[in-house]
Amino acid sequence: MSELSAVDRPNSYIGRSVPRPNAKRLLAGRGQYVDDLRLPRMVHVAFLRSPHAHARILAIDSTAAKAAPGVVRVVTGAEMAAVCTPWVGVLHHLKGLKSAPQHALAIDRACWQGEPVVAVVARTRAEAEDAVGLIEVAWEALPAAVDMEAALAAGTLVIHPELGDNLAFQREHVGGEPDSCFADPDGVVVQATFHTGRHTGVCLEGRAILADWNPAEGRLTAYHSNQAPHMMQTVFAKHLGLREGDVRVICRDVGGSYGIKVHVYPDEMATAALARMLARPVKFSADRIEGMVSDIHARDHRITARAAVTKDGTITAMEIDDLTGIGPYSVYPRTSAVEGNQVVNLCGGPYGLRGYKARTTVVFQNKTPTCQYRAVGHPIATAVTEGLVDLAAEAIGMDPAEIRRRNLLPDDGYPFRNLANLAFEGLSHHACLTKLLAMMDYEALKAERDALRAKGVYRGIGIASFIELTNPSPFMYGIGGARISAMDGATVRLDPDGSIAIASGVTEQGQGTEAMLAQIVAGAVGVDLSRVRVTTGDTETTPYGGGTWASRGAGIGGEAALQAGNALREQILVIAGAMLQAAPESLDVRGGAVVDRATGAERLALEELGRIVYFRGDTLPKDLPRELVATRHYTPKDYPFAFTNGAQASYLEVDVETGFVTLLKHWCVEDCGTVINPMLVDEQIRGGVVQGLGGALLEHCVYSPEGQLLTGSLADYLLPMAGEMPDIAVAHVETPTKESALGAKGAGEAGTAGAPAAVQNAINDALRPFGARVFAQPFTPARILTALGKI
Amino acid sequence: MKPAPFAYARAASLPEVFDLLDRHGESARLLAGGQSLVAALNLRLSSPGILLDINGVEALRGIGFADGVLRIGALTRHAELGADPLVARHAPLLARAVPHIAHAAIRTRGTIGGSLALADPAAELPACALALDATLVLASRGGERRVAAVDFFQGLYQTALRGDEVLAAVEIASRAGQACTLQELARRHGDYAIVGLAAQAGPPGAGVALAWFGVGGTPLRTPRAEAALVAGDLAGAQAALAGEIDPPADLHGPPALRHHLARVLLGRAAAALKGH
Repeated sequence: MSELSAVDRPNSYIGRSVPRPNAKRLLAGRGQYVDDLRLPRMVHVAFLRSPHAHARILAIDSTAAKAAPGVVRVVTGAEMAAVCTPWVGVLHHLKGLKSAPQHALAIDRACWQGEPVVAVVARTRAEAEDAVGLIEVAWEALPAAVDMEAALAAGTLVIHPELGDNLAFQREHVGGEPDSCFADPDGVVVQATFHTGRHTGVCLEGRAILADWNPAEGRLTAYHSNQAPHMMQTVFAKHLGLREGDVRVICRDVGGSYGIKVHVYPDEMATAALARMLARPVKFSADRIEGMVSDIHARDHRITARAAVTKDGTITAMEIDDLTGIGPYSVYPRTSAVEGNQVVNLCGGPYGLRGYKARTTVVFQNKTPTCQYRAVGHPIATAVTEGLVDLAAEAIGMDPAEIRRRNLLPDDGYPFRNLANLAFEGLSHHACLTKLLAMMDYEALKAERDALRAKGVYRGIGIASFIELTNPSPFMYGIGGARISAMDGATVRLDPDGSIAIASGVTEQGQGTEAMLAQIVAGAVGVDLSRVRVTTGDTETTPYGGGTWASRGAGIGGEAALQAGNALREQILVIAGAMLQAAPESLDVRGGAVVDRATGAERLALEELGRIVYFRGDTLPKDLPRELVATRHYTPKDYPFAFTNGAQASYLEVDVETGFVTLLKHWCVEDCGTVINPMLVDEQIRGGVVQGLGGALLEHCVYSPEGQLLTGSLADYLLPMAGEMPDIAVAHVETPTKESALGAKGAGEAGTAGAPAAVQNAINDALRPFGARVFAQPFTPARILTALGKI
Repeated sequence: MKPAPFAYARAASLPEVFDLLDRHGESARLLAGGQSLVAALNLRLSSPGILLDINGVEALRGIGFADGVLRIGALTRHAELGADPLVARHAPLLARAVPHIAHAAIRTRGTIGGSLALADPAAELPACALALDATLVLASRGGERRVAAVDFFQGLYQTALRGDEVLAAVEIASRAGQACTLQELARRHGDYAIVGLAAQAGPPGAGVALAWFGVGGTPLRTPRAEAALVAGDLAGAQAALAGEIDPPADLHGPPALRHHLARVLLGRAAAALKGH
């Protein structure tokens, strides 16, 4: 019998689709989202937001608002600045990144439609909104820099004159010898210009915060719908002039996040400052309309790209030039340069190239600020890369699956550092592609497509391979100077009744983090899952950590929990050994009891062990350690990121008369290393695929030339809905990371990373008989009909 | 967002509604299903002083058939409309329209009267009323008056309804056995159509009504296209549309998009009518 790994314990829950422990509570309506919380003397804040993309604030008359029923306080930007200092969203390692100081409330000038300008605090949200309507602001509308293509042109308004221009960040990277590849006379060069539409991540629960300043303790408590409580603790402390230890951030139930709730928002900072000013609890709950102009946007990119391919199907080089508009400020503290930077890092990632050249240009504009949203940069890079690969295949007359087989990095070629300087510990591109093609029955699907094409039905098949960044080390933010923890901790405790309490620094936003932690610890300690309770999201009661973002929950938080669970089990065995007069190594904990390791025979229930240790410690040897609690921390050290990979495919039909796309089926094979809960991972993938499909076909933040958001509600910002979604088949290849005992890598980005590229390639496959192609997302009926020459 | 403050009154009878309308005049809005009005209130696009809830008015309910005429009470919910056997027999176009209207929750509350009185140019039911040559029954203290659908829809969200009137019912001469089809293109199921067409044939040889939605400020008929279609000239009918609709540019695309899609829908409607 082969040696069991650290996670292959007899009663392990690793790899089992057990139900989430918090699902029943949430379904029963017993969740505690921020808006469910009501504190004594609580008041509500509503914001007057700029109706202009760019305007000077000449005067604010709040006389009527102050006299309106229920109003407690009206606060302008100048008053707010006395309590809350401004911030600048830059990181040292993103060389040259610049931004301007941003205030919680605009002082002299508003720089995007939706920027908060005046805060009104009242007994109810409705009264606060009534009073907002009574405020008169004298605006002087200013010219707005809206079009990112013109941001750097002479004559375009410079949004922050002190910065000199509208260029926030630029990075160019050259690896290998791209120029010689493109100059190869025997090669073929393909090129295209890609657009990814500006999106926003729409969480079921909007952004919300309930902040309470207690003057008696000198402490701020913020109940916050957020992914990173410890990061926010630092931010509130720094900008409200407090010590970190005097700020407590509590993230109870969070209704979705997708990266939206990991940034510093001026309205949330203002709410915390208002609690301090008023010395009472203040609640802010963003409604959907203000969310659309104030939640971060993302993915507003134009990429011109080309690839060189030899006639026998070797892709030798890629070259991309990325332009992205990020709004008027780089968002604090993670910055808005990361997405463009990721595009430079990730393009061409699945392939072994001889030359790679990439540049991103990140510019300011008078639109809602953009920042990291699920799968940061991945869907953009994958659409570009896989679009080029399909163009290359078409140019040399090769099957899209075959060209990938010939160019994907070999599964036995790791560790590997690619031309973008990314280090891969172990990827499985070929295994994933092979599994994908088998799942979809690729050859039969092609035959069906071809048979239907003869009947005037235009179906397309699109494939997309991708890499995925997970488990970030301090190289993501820490080295840039941000106090964003790459380390996470878990405390695991045995209580006298034999139950286990976990406190973890990673957070739950609906994806099942707490289920994952419970499974790992139940298996590591050796108890039934039902005996495990999990606490997350509280800076006061959990170990310090980074929270959950960038697919780090399982890989980092899970590893810390595993180590803590193992340590607690060892503690239990030492005590049990003394009680049973047996060598600890001869014992194990299984099913909530200490057992004989060899035979599995029960020796001592954990309740009994707990009873003796906690209540009859007098009966134990004097020098026996009594700790039944262990804390362990984990930081990835060997690799900056645990890269993963996968492949997706889309099968769809284009109505060439109307330009409408019907999604018929979608497949995703993904490698997240050790799968802890297959059901949760599959649903994570499916949800991510749906967000990717939304971006590919529907979602788009459209602005007028004056900088007004035209898609300001969910009537116009089209989210994917169940009726339009295809069946999504999910499968896994498991290449555990050797860096941790758990072996888990992230799974949160995969679905979103590859879905738009697969759809893009499938649409272009369907349109191939007409010589039409689309590369601008979302692929709307108008764009498809335009490509077909019908309108 | 929260709505601006408003008062609320629930009327139990039409006379009570008329009293309340008299008393509150312009500041009153009738509340039926509330599926458009409540959203407008929450967005503060509309801030009436008082909502007059007419859901308890029995006279506005019910579907009946007498003397060859189908009468549909204004409070008939979309879901009821879609499930009613009299509607299915005498005005099947309406039954076919219902699945296209928004989503189940909205169909359960929204009413035909509310939809017609709001007169959203991209909604299905106003166009169906036009295609069916429906008569709208408008009640006031002075009695009832009947207005043909073609005269009822007067402009963008503008109807013939006066401030002292309530839309009480819709009357439709039986279309039993006559071909009809509802075609629409919406980005997602349940969205307002980019372009929609309610087509209702008359008795054999009597022509066809083409009522479009989503192409202008009101639902509208295209008589020249109708004439060409009756003459068996589909291409001519499609060509005629160019001069009969004048769609706007919007988030979906330029006017050319709707012109093109309208031609496609006309072709599909013609095939559907033929296959009846």
